[in-house]
Amino acid sequence: MKFKHEIFEKNSLLLTLGILVVVSIGGIVEIAPLFYLSSTIEKVDGMRPYTPLELTGRNVYIREGCYLCHSQMIRPLRDEAERYGHYSLAAESMYDHPFQWGSKRTGPDLARVGGKYSDAWHQAHLIHPQAVVPESVMPPYRFLKDNILDGRTIEADLKTNRIVGVPYTDGQISAAKSDLSTQVDEYADDFDGFMARYPGANVRDFDGDPEHLTEMDALIAYLQMLGTLVDFSTYEADAEENLR
Amino acid sequence: MNDSTARKGIGLDVLTLGVFLSVLVLISLFLTAKTQDPLMRVHAVILLGAFLLGVTALFMRAASGLDFDQTRYEEGIIKAGVVATVFWGLVGFLVGVIIASQLAFPNIMYNPDFGWFNFGRLRPVHTSAVIFAFGGNALMVTSFYVVQRTCHARLAGGVWAWFVFWGYQLFIVLAATGYVSGITQSKEYAEPEWYIDIWLTIIWVSYLLVFLATLWKRKIKHIYVANWFYLAFIVTVAMLHIINNLSIPIGLTEHKSYSLFSGVQDAMTQWWYGHNAVGFFLTAGFLGMMYYFVPKRAERPVYSYRLSIVHFWSLIFIYIWAGPHHLHYTALPMWAQTLGMTFSIALWMPSWGGMINGLMTLSGAWDKLRTDPVMRMLVVSVAFYGMSTFEGPVMSIRAVNSLSHYTDWTIGHVHSGALGWVAYVSFGAIYCLVPWVWKRKRLYSNDLVEWHFWISTIGIVFYITSMWVSGIMQGLMWRAYNSFGFLEYSFVETVEAMHPYYIIRMTGGILFLIGALIMAYNLWRTARGDVRKGENVPDMAPLPIAIPAVG
Repeated sequence: MKFKHEIFEKNSLLLTLGILVVVSIGGIVEIAPLFYLSSTIEKVDGMRPYTPLELTGRNVYIREGCYLCHSQMIRPLRDEAERYGHYSLAAESMYDHPFQWGSKRTGPDLARVGGKYSDAWHQAHLIHPQAVVPESVMPPYRFLKDNILDGRTIEADLKTNRIVGVPYTDGQISAAKSDLSTQVDEYADDFDGFMARYPGANVRDFDGDPEHLTEMDALIAYLQMLGTLVDFSTYEADAEENLR
Repeated sequence: MNDSTARKGIGLDVLTLGVFLSVLVLISLFLTAKTQDPLMRVHAVILLGAFLLGVTALFMRAASGLDFDQTRYEEGIIKAGVVATVFWGLVGFLVGVIIASQLAFPNIMYNPDFGWFNFGRLRPVHTSAVIFAFGGNALMVTSFYVVQRTCHARLAGGVWAWFVFWGYQLFIVLAATGYVSGITQSKEYAEPEWYIDIWLTIIWVSYLLVFLATLWKRKIKHIYVANWFYLAFIVTVAMLHIINNLSIPIGLTEHKSYSLFSGVQDAMTQWWYGHNAVGFFLTAGFLGMMYYFVPKRAERPVYSYRLSIVHFWSLIFIYIWAGPHHLHYTALPMWAQTLGMTFSIALWMPSWGGMINGLMTLSGAWDKLRTDPVMRMLVVSVAFYGMSTFEGPVMSIRAVNSLSHYTDWTIGHVHSGALGWVAYVSFGAIYCLVPWVWKRKRLYSNDLVEWHFWISTIGIVFYITSMWVSGIMQGLMWRAYNSFGFLEYSFVETVEAMHPYYIIRMTGGILFLIGALIMAYNLWRTARGDVRKGENVPDMAPLPIAIPAVG
């Protein structure tokens, strides 16, 4: 029996089915294994879910489209390692719903920007980038200082993250709203509880305005923790479990 | 309406759509009343207004007692689609020029006190406007035209076809207003949030059904090749859209959602989507356009039937694999990157199969390149398609990609495809469609098409070459070492070095926009029935020469 292409040309449903089968294969082969291969789902010491303030800052980062000019993915190339730090691990974006690797560097990579600059530098830079980097083409974000955080949805934010796989505990969720303001005040009542929930988190007033909890606080809190969770002095890239 | 006849009672299409829209009115009313989210409230009001308008229009239609004349082609929707395509094209090009000038002159293009028009919010407006609003409307209008003509059947679905058209415009308005006010899920080319995604899914499935139902009504035994490509585009985009946008909203009355996947899996899913938005939206769909308008305009048969079969199936099979080349040297496993690269290189062949089939259709009609600027636009679009589908596989090679990734080279590559291929083939198709559906003998002016062609071609050349230089330069500067073994340049020195090229790129964009404005004027005068005086009009009648037997 000789196969004839005619059969697809005379039957629209067969054609549709044929198309569906043909376009499904590549995606299944490339995507499905990523959900069970150990190299893409392993956990690395130090990774923790974002604090409510960092998550809020991350949402500001997404809302403003920062990812369109800043990547968060350092490639294992000599110049990138020297410019930005250790190459990015899969585990470092395991709690990122969605990922923020980016695709373009109109500005520098931010995967390890945490701790590289002072809070004051970030404030000045976000308010008027050209004041600190005259050649910069970045837009100003002065308005973030005026946007007061009310934490209206923060509990729902954490809960939804838990649904999609981020291991937030009941304690973290119920304290979400107060944790938002605890992170900008070392003298807050629940400081110890906060530090127990988010070990190693930065706690201080980030935006230079201790009176208000603003989006500027949130964004700088997020930027200052980026890439700082994994301790690379103890991470051995040559260890057997990391050789892939 | 001249394509209407009187009828008794209310048609099934009007009834079902009426019920559906009424339910939507109730949902959006509930949303408007219940939501605590100020951004969601704005969108709820827009939805409510749109659905009320829809119900009103439907009611007036039913009250008029008119029905579509099933013996004629649906051409109202073609006219509306042409207008929408040109309108959104101008909007998309204008926003492109604005964000290009923001990068060239950041000090004068921003307002520090509100973020609405910052680069990060306008860039998705530009990409969505050109890809989905301009490109999407061009695909929709040409597919509706082509499927009717090649099936000898009127568009199926009655008022549902109009629902697809207006629903799609509503999607565009929601997406764009969302971006500027800060509603985005940050997945490139899939930025709209969950409820806008659901709306698009409804529209897209209706589009598929209208298209399929028209195929079912066909009086021609064989489904014409252009329709294979349109069908692959519609089906695959539905699959990509649904899977890449899987997410959980933080509440049913909140705009914000969190992606179902994270990190590596999310990145792979996104670029599986992202590259196939190129492969199926910007390639397969527009190849459908090419397969109708190039042979039609050239008055020659498609070069090779066998080639069209081979390149159709191989193109859609191979394209899907190419996504990981966006993730070279990232935390994505190496085997996936290698698969992506391998298939991207293989993709060169089916891509050029399409180009050869398009170009060789001109056999025996090459003289039209001289006399017919519309034909020239179509042919140059296919040539650009060939160019950028050669450049793409080159850039997908891991070693090349280590230089090109994260730089403007990618932006230049995308624009050689988007401006040269997608926009030009759409312009060509629209220059054909306007005289056809408005029943004019010819375009208002061929000279203005010449002006459009040359101005925008110069614009494209400015754009692509400046981005090549700036991208390769930046990639080389990033990896440059001085004689002491230190990095030669700080990051900001590379930003400074790109300044002149950003100005050249902006100039290219402005030229492209001017060309499109000339087109809009020309089309408007054509639709009015004007003919420009004093033009030496070539004879557009079929040439009295024998068609050589090819293929």
